[in-house]
Amino acid sequence: MRDTFAQAFYDEAQVNPKLFMVVADISPASKISNFKEEFPTRFIDVGVAEQTLIGLSAGLALRGYKPFAYTIANFAIYRPFEQVRDDICYQNLPVTVVGMGAGVTYSPLGATHHTLEDIAVLSAIPNMSVLAPCDPPELKDAMRAIMKHNGPMYLRLGKAGEPTLTAKAPDAFTFGKARRIKEGHDVCILSYGPIMKMAADIADKLEADQRRSTALYSIHTLKPLDQDGIAAILKLYPVVAVIEEHVQRGGLGSQVKQIAWDIKASCRLETFSLKDEFLHVYGSHDDIRSAHGLSVDQIYPVIARA
Amino acid sequence: MTLASSAQTISVFDVAASKDRCKRLRRRILDISQTVSALHIAPAFSCLEILDTIFFGLMRRDATGNSNDTFLLSKGHGAMAQYVILEELGIMTKADLDSYCKPHGHLGAHPDYGLRGIEASTGSLGHGLPMALGICLAARESKLVSSTYVVLSDGEMMEGSNWEAVMAAINVNATDLTIFVDFNGFVSATPVSSRHPNLLPLERKFESFGWDVRSVDGHNQEEIFEAARCKAPDKPLAIVAKTTKGKGVSYMENQGIWHYRSPNPAEYAQALAEIEESRR
Repeated sequence: MRDTFAQAFYDEAQVNPKLFMVVADISPASKISNFKEEFPTRFIDVGVAEQTLIGLSAGLALRGYKPFAYTIANFAIYRPFEQVRDDICYQNLPVTVVGMGAGVTYSPLGATHHTLEDIAVLSAIPNMSVLAPCDPPELKDAMRAIMKHNGPMYLRLGKAGEPTLTAKAPDAFTFGKARRIKEGHDVCILSYGPIMKMAADIADKLEADQRRSTALYSIHTLKPLDQDGIAAILKLYPVVAVIEEHVQRGGLGSQVKQIAWDIKASCRLETFSLKDEFLHVYGSHDDIRSAHGLSVDQIYPVIARA
Repeated sequence: MTLASSAQTISVFDVAASKDRCKRLRRRILDISQTVSALHIAPAFSCLEILDTIFFGLMRRDATGNSNDTFLLSKGHGAMAQYVILEELGIMTKADLDSYCKPHGHLGAHPDYGLRGIEASTGSLGHGLPMALGICLAARESKLVSSTYVVLSDGEMMEGSNWEAVMAAINVNATDLTIFVDFNGFVSATPVSSRHPNLLPLERKFESFGWDVRSVDGHNQEEIFEAARCKAPDKPLAIVAKTTKGKGVSYMENQGIWHYRSPNPAEYAQALAEIEESRR
């Protein structure tokens, strides 16, 4: 995803002189490096100074530029939270905060480097929009949407190596709309971001082991959330599951439950989220997800029962 | 005094007129104080001469009054000083100021982006300078001749975000930037020198980060103007302006309570009389 983001940014920057890349001590990799060489005045490294990262980006946006403030997700939003809130969101400026390695991607680095609750925190701020694409092609779509969007944006990214899952998606990407990326009739799984791969594996297993046709939806836009689209899904499918690499409170799980209550949904609804805990567990990305209860082995039996 | 410029100009900065104007502006602030319960009078009085010099002496304007230069009041609690100056310039209206902090008005105790003449929302301290860096880099990218002026409070210099930005200003080469530290010696109602002595001396801290630094009497427009006018082109400039909180009204000067309070009718009358007296 990192490379896809860099490529999409680089391609747009060729034709859009308003784009700035502002980083906080991130080495320019792949096409960001080319951007820096070709447009040195539009690449700013503020150093290990995240409040300046966001404040300076807001200043650029006050003067008509479209900056991307880019660093590891936890540093991009938690350290400079007041700058995100006051400088970007209160002033309603077109700054895109790019959070790389969100969720528990940086598994061995511990909770200081994780974003368990970034969507909840940022969704709570007026004017902010939140995008979390599930694979590289969807990230390209998301970047096109960001270029058209004239307001604050949080782009939640994984890191590297995410497989393509949307190549045969029946629905095209539309900002603010739930996107069906796989057809199905018996079960529907809602997910977003890189953990969509786990959702796809569970869908495959439901079809292989139980012959239950399983739909997959990418809820790439967490804010504004597609309330009507999710309501329609809750009415259509007898079993709906939410899988997310984020705590339930303020994430997709709690919001889908709220919609289900509001429309008096009769489907079975299962939600799988990160625990509301700082786990002192290290290992691979999948190891940490698993410690939070997010693995095919833990989720599949719950969806598969009855 | 004249200031070299490009298309936008400031022909003459009349110090005597500025002194008269500041007295009039203090009276205007006091008048508004009688219609609302609190308005940060003392923090506005401490930075009034600095703001007047920036708006009438330093910022270049075209024939229609537009300026490519930027002013940010990072110490947003001094907003009343900026509002009365914007009214004086005809950028804000009397109706705007008469409805200050009232339910039907749109001027609050801190500047809000989107209001006429307000370039950024401030109020929480430590936000103006980082935003100013972005504004400087935007001007450079646009190839616009544009100076950026920021007024901060001395207490505000305790915010870590400011020291990030002081360091970053040199690293990102934000040079057409002049900041004024309104050094009135108080953090809200507490003296800086006794409570937070390690904030001092400020000047050497800026110097060590590679800035040009000057110290002035922050109520002396001639000194303020000269310090800013002689700015080196290749470095940002910090002007530490020694001021008196509540300047111009004896019972307000250096009295912490006037950070927030509005005067009662008797105090109001005395304040007007003292300002009137100082006109002569």
